[in-house]
Amino acid sequence: MDRLILKVTTKIFFAPIILFALYVQFHGDYGPGGGFQAGVIFAVAFILHAFCFGLEETKKVLPPRALIVAMVIGVLFYAGTGVATMLLGGNFLGYDQIDPESTHHAGQHYGILLVEWGVGVAVASTMLTIFYQFTGREPDIDQEDW
Amino acid sequence: MESWTEFVIARYNYWIVIVLMMIGLYTVFARGNLVKKIVGLNIFQTSVFIFYITIGKVAGGTAPIYIGDELYHGDGHGDGHGDEPHGAAADHGADAGASLHAKIENDLGANDLKAAANDLTLDEGVIAGEGGHDAASLHTAPDDAAKIANEQLIDAGKSASQGFDIAADAAHGAVEAAAYHSEVIYTNPLPHVLILTAIVVGVAGTAVGLALAVRIREAYGTIEEDELEAMDNVAEFGAAAEATGTRG
Amino acid sequence: MNFAAQLPVLPVIIPLVLAPFAMLMPNGRAPHAWATFVSWLTFAACAFLLAAVNDAGVISYQLGDWAPPLGIEYRVDLANALVLFLVSGIAAVVFPFAYASVRLEIDERQSSFFYCALLICLTGLLGVTITGDAFNVFVFLEISSLSAYALIAMGARRDRRALTAAFNYLIMGTIGATFFVIGVGLLYQATGTLNMADLHDRLLGQSNRVVDAGFAFIVVGIGLKLAMFPMHLWLPGAYTYAPSAVSAFLAATATKVAVYVLIRFIDTVFGFQFEFLGAAFTWVFLPLGLAGMFIASLVAVFQDDIKRMLAYSSVGQIGYMLLGISFGTVEGLSASLVHMFNHALMKGALFMAVACVVLRAGSHSIQAFAGLSKRMPYTTWAFIISGLSLVGVPLTVGFVSKWYLLQASFAAGFWYAGFLIVASSLIAVLYIGRIVELMLLREPAEEGPYAIPAKDAPLSMLIPMWFLVAMNVYFGLNTELTGGIANRAAEALMVMAGAGAP
Repeated sequence: MDRLILKVTTKIFFAPIILFALYVQFHGDYGPGGGFQAGVIFAVAFILHAFCFGLEETKKVLPPRALIVAMVIGVLFYAGTGVATMLLGGNFLGYDQIDPESTHHAGQHYGILLVEWGVGVAVASTMLTIFYQFTGREPDIDQEDW
Repeated sequence: MESWTEFVIARYNYWIVIVLMMIGLYTVFARGNLVKKIVGLNIFQTSVFIFYITIGKVAGGTAPIYIGDELYHGDGHGDGHGDEPHGAAADHGADAGASLHAKIENDLGANDLKAAANDLTLDEGVIAGEGGHDAASLHTAPDDAAKIANEQLIDAGKSASQGFDIAADAAHGAVEAAAYHSEVIYTNPLPHVLILTAIVVGVAGTAVGLALAVRIREAYGTIEEDELEAMDNVAEFGAAAEATGTRG
Repeated sequence: MNFAAQLPVLPVIIPLVLAPFAMLMPNGRAPHAWATFVSWLTFAACAFLLAAVNDAGVISYQLGDWAPPLGIEYRVDLANALVLFLVSGIAAVVFPFAYASVRLEIDERQSSFFYCALLICLTGLLGVTITGDAFNVFVFLEISSLSAYALIAMGARRDRRALTAAFNYLIMGTIGATFFVIGVGLLYQATGTLNMADLHDRLLGQSNRVVDAGFAFIVVGIGLKLAMFPMHLWLPGAYTYAPSAVSAFLAATATKVAVYVLIRFIDTVFGFQFEFLGAAFTWVFLPLGLAGMFIASLVAVFQDDIKRMLAYSSVGQIGYMLLGISFGTVEGLSASLVHMFNHALMKGALFMAVACVVLRAGSHSIQAFAGLSKRMPYTTWAFIISGLSLVGVPLTVGFVSKWYLLQASFAAGFWYAGFLIVASSLIAVLYIGRIVELMLLREPAEEGPYAIPAKDAPLSMLIPMWFLVAMNVYFGLNTELTGGIANRAAEALMVMAGAGAP
């Protein structure tokens, strides 16, 4: 059993990293943070996993195809929020339409949460896809095989 | 009349930016290795990030992160996100200033900064009705703000994003007039937001560049620019080109 | 949802929202059909927008309901409505065209990514055009550029040099974009705003080194993006090795959009009160435009690769647009806008013809064109008509452009520029005539690498190509849309710029 310390450390840290990512994600409304940072931190947890357990193991957890779907969902979450506000009668990303009755712009909070969630999903899956693509390449690939 | 050393030292941030910029550009142009070129490009971009961040700096200002109103305002006036409608809160002109102030410190994003300014314009009617002198006190801002202060309140809102220092000072004056002894000054968050965007763009560019470098390595077996050019010349002009060094 | 009120945002939203779906589709025909459908939807939105702006004047759209100058504003006037119409129109023609060409030149497994990137590139180009916010221009510029790098690199299946070309473009493009950001940063430092109209108001009367430096950085940055003459080195490689359909799309749109951004910054943001501008016209745009017209066109004559030749010719044609801008008159500006529109039509058609040849001959070397009229007559004549248009023969759009430019140069008192325009057109006769002679008079190669089967391109390529060729003639006869709108757009821009003595 090689790299025992690394593997145990990774196992211990994996969940807190994701928890921290979620904290940054949802705290982005009030403090530093938001989708970009949270997405990267989230991806880091899996990159750490890949470093210690090998890329194949990580791909079992998060298959590359699922990441592409997640990328699309993230972008659509973002743009969909904007389109939804358009359908509600406002302008693109006019969050106030989400809760027009609110006296203190609650819609702004809902809107930014939704959008940031989309950003987080898209960024995390994009970072992981980039990582998969770079690390998963064979040293020398035939022209037809890439 | 400042001496030239003071001139140089007082603008130290620009020197850092210029030096980094030149290092980056030099690396891009002088290095043949594609990865080194990308690193140079990153240094170059970083200098621009630093440039943006430093022009947003307000003397004595802290990072534009909401510190917490209870520390500085004692009551709910600073709570831009509170349940209290702003129209009611602004029964005293200074409160508009306080709410602007709090809103700005409250928020990181440009969007929310805009919200602060919009709120302020909503309050305009109330303030105009309740007492012009309070609105004027909102505008007791030194120097730059004086010009804007003559205009409508909407322009004070405008200034919120245009120059945080102006808005902060305007709000600050109002806050002091109402005997809130708030000392929190924040730097301009807008450059931070812009640069966050630019960083994301830069990361994307780096990723694409590195991906291309990987593919070039696979296709050519090298990432040295002169070798790549030699191989391309051979492909274009035949082996003779290699000897003579002819260029296309 | 109020359709009319939301119209200005649709050209960006439609491709942005619908592009990701292409990525989920199975490779092959589906993503292509989807991209075509989306490009048509986008074109419809842009056409409505042009009509609306033509009737109602400037339309302002507030993203997220934030009032400008705080919020990001989409501001559509005639100038950018025309460019939007052009870019989406080219997309609507090139996307259906792309299928057969792309199937040959790009790995089947990448096709869903390819069409997704193509749509995102379209989003970026339209976004650059529509936005009224200086920093937003940068963001959209990079969206379009990043996807363009990827699209160009996909040409690597046929020729690995696409990779180095894309890399060079990436380096140059990123430096250009970063210069642009520095310029915008300096303007922000001087004014505290990013909204273009607001920038204009606040820059009035400001003449200091910060603004001057900002102007210089912005001009250099955009100059890199639009391949202004000495900064054009990325362009020939990128257009030569990109997949043919991508070449056709980018050659007809990307540099045009960059030229539009330059016009927007000169006229809307800086305006003629900006003292530096006169010097920039006299000492930068005029000489560089002329140099580009001659040097790049001359280089084009000696190219053995048709795509590279057309790319150099593009650099030369950008020279004409810069020349028109540098006159600093309404006529000059409208000539630039007209030429922007017309050049997109002719370069699009020319690159499409080359794509057809590449499909059959597998090469864009000049030898593949020998005796082409006997093998692919429709493609040959499409190439000849749009080539004549490039030269500036009457009844084609090229003539209209040259006519406007000549009028503008004489009206502005640059009579020598008028002669130079005619002289440089003669160089175009040389490089186009060379190909025409090859196609019409030579015998086709019977065997060897350049032998072509006597079979024209499929209808899916011929119809869009001939549609564009027909547009070359139609807009050469009917100048109401281009000339009329460009004229009024130029007048509006000039009023905003504070026309008068530059």
